[in-house]
Amino acid sequence: MDKLEPRCRKEAAIPHLFCPGCGHALVLKTLGRVIDDMKIARQTAFGIDIGCSLLAWNFFDINTIQTHHGRTAPVMVGYKMAEPKSVALAYVGDGAAYAIGLQSIIHTALRNEPITMIVVNNENYAMTGGQMSPETETGVITQTSPRGKDMNLGAGLKSPELISSLGNEKAFIARGSVANLVELNKLIKKAIENQTKNNSFSFLEVLSICPTNWRTNAKDSFSRLESMSKYYKTGIISETTKEVN
Amino acid sequence: MRNHITGNEAVVLAAIDAGAKLMFGYPITPATEILEGWIKYANESKKVGYIQTEDEIAAGFCVNGAVLAGKIAFTASAGPGHILLQDSLSMAENMRLPYVAIVMQRGGPSTGTVNFSQQEVNLAAFGGNGDGYRVVYSASSVRELYDLTYKSFQTAWKYRFPTILLGDGYLAKMSTDLAIPRKNKTVSATKIFDTEHPVNLRNCFSTEESFGEYLSDHEAAWRKFAPKIAESEKFFVDESKYLIVAHGLVAAAAKETIVKYGKTDHIGLFRPITLNPFDQVALRDAVVGKKKIFVIESAKNQLSHIVKYALSGLKIEIIEISKPAQGFTSEEIITKIRKHNG
Repeated sequence: MDKLEPRCRKEAAIPHLFCPGCGHALVLKTLGRVIDDMKIARQTAFGIDIGCSLLAWNFFDINTIQTHHGRTAPVMVGYKMAEPKSVALAYVGDGAAYAIGLQSIIHTALRNEPITMIVVNNENYAMTGGQMSPETETGVITQTSPRGKDMNLGAGLKSPELISSLGNEKAFIARGSVANLVELNKLIKKAIENQTKNNSFSFLEVLSICPTNWRTNAKDSFSRLESMSKYYKTGIISETTKEVN
Repeated sequence: MRNHITGNEAVVLAAIDAGAKLMFGYPITPATEILEGWIKYANESKKVGYIQTEDEIAAGFCVNGAVLAGKIAFTASAGPGHILLQDSLSMAENMRLPYVAIVMQRGGPSTGTVNFSQQEVNLAAFGGNGDGYRVVYSASSVRELYDLTYKSFQTAWKYRFPTILLGDGYLAKMSTDLAIPRKNKTVSATKIFDTEHPVNLRNCFSTEESFGEYLSDHEAAWRKFAPKIAESEKFFVDESKYLIVAHGLVAAAAKETIVKYGKTDHIGLFRPITLNPFDQVALRDAVVGKKKIFVIESAKNQLSHIVKYALSGLKIEIIEISKPAQGFTSEEIITKIRKHNG
């Protein structure tokens, strides 16, 4: 195995299935390194959605379940309840999390279900060819907003902030970016620890790039990512100040 | 000891006796008391868990997650909630997950009527975006609700097909003074997520051929196990010239008809206990020498479509008597049969 690959990576699934330059691979490799460091591969259950996240179905040598659109949170809630010592990870895209699956995420957060959600936000429905998602910012051109997203459709949904407003004081809620993988590594670790140590809900959004649907080269992809991070501020949004028994 | 028990209470007892550990549900008439009864038990025993989920969509997917850990889990719903369970049922069907749903049928979409119906047969048996590899039982009495709830867990875990038990609003709320012999052995369950040998489960395929190959394994399993799962009951069939085919509470009314008029009017009953897989062999055997078949149901020809398919190729007259979302009395059944028989 390439030393740059996480040890929990499934060797037979190299190279990965994502488009060249896709941010998912960066998020997944960072997640894999955290799983390696925490030595939790065997107890981890990895749930993925429909959309680009499904391409991670064989990314890890870890128990993995591909669910239906927007339904990864309840599947992992059910698993965690049945296997309380596990580490339940729900890995989804912004369409799955913030459009079709938002209802479940809000209630999962409200009930403080002890799972860790990682939402990769590339501001579009990428698997279906780049349609507008709730995260798409005003003026951005997509396949379903050919003249740029209309202001009347609302600004990009700041979902971690929305979830933070629910008042779950035990939740860890943050936003990272593939522009800073060192910081992302720390945030993923905290998000998992809030499940393993505090038995509480964690929500981590990761700003990511989608060169295929953005129609951008590497430089322009990261320029747009930088622009995104001006609207979607990275960092910890809320976390518990004390360990919960 | 004699028990005074409702249909919904019988379901809860059977789930406890089968060794169910988790229930996920959403309040919905006429199945709500199953969720309430389970929560009461959970609070008393502390041995089982539950979540009142945000909707039936989440309830069904929570079941799919829980069974991966080898824990017996279930949901209970009705009508509009049953529709919402179909997405998670399709996942269970395509991944062969031991998902159990108890469905108390009610009439029509939205609120419709909250009382009684047999209109959820098609939805239960063929409602998903797969090929219908799910087991559907239909209970005809409170006692049978207990037995078939227990059996639903057995079937789901033994054969790894999602299993739905159909009752209806009357059966769910019906209170009977009936001693139920309780099962004293729990259903065995095994982990699907193996911590030593991780699995990658998916419902995504790159080619038609690879998906076709995956589905052909399901078909082979269904062909192998369906004859072992299919069940039916015959009531005065051999003595009869005319055969009623009915399921659930309508079959209970038909039995009463036969007790009163079976000898004078030469009527027998074939009652499918499984609607899917259907006990085709037994039905084809039962109709030999019969003059007419009366398919009687509280839905517009949902059972009769299954019956006609099961009897295809046979030259026998089939009379369809349908009253969508309305019940039958035993007197009404004999009146309708006599009308057809002149």
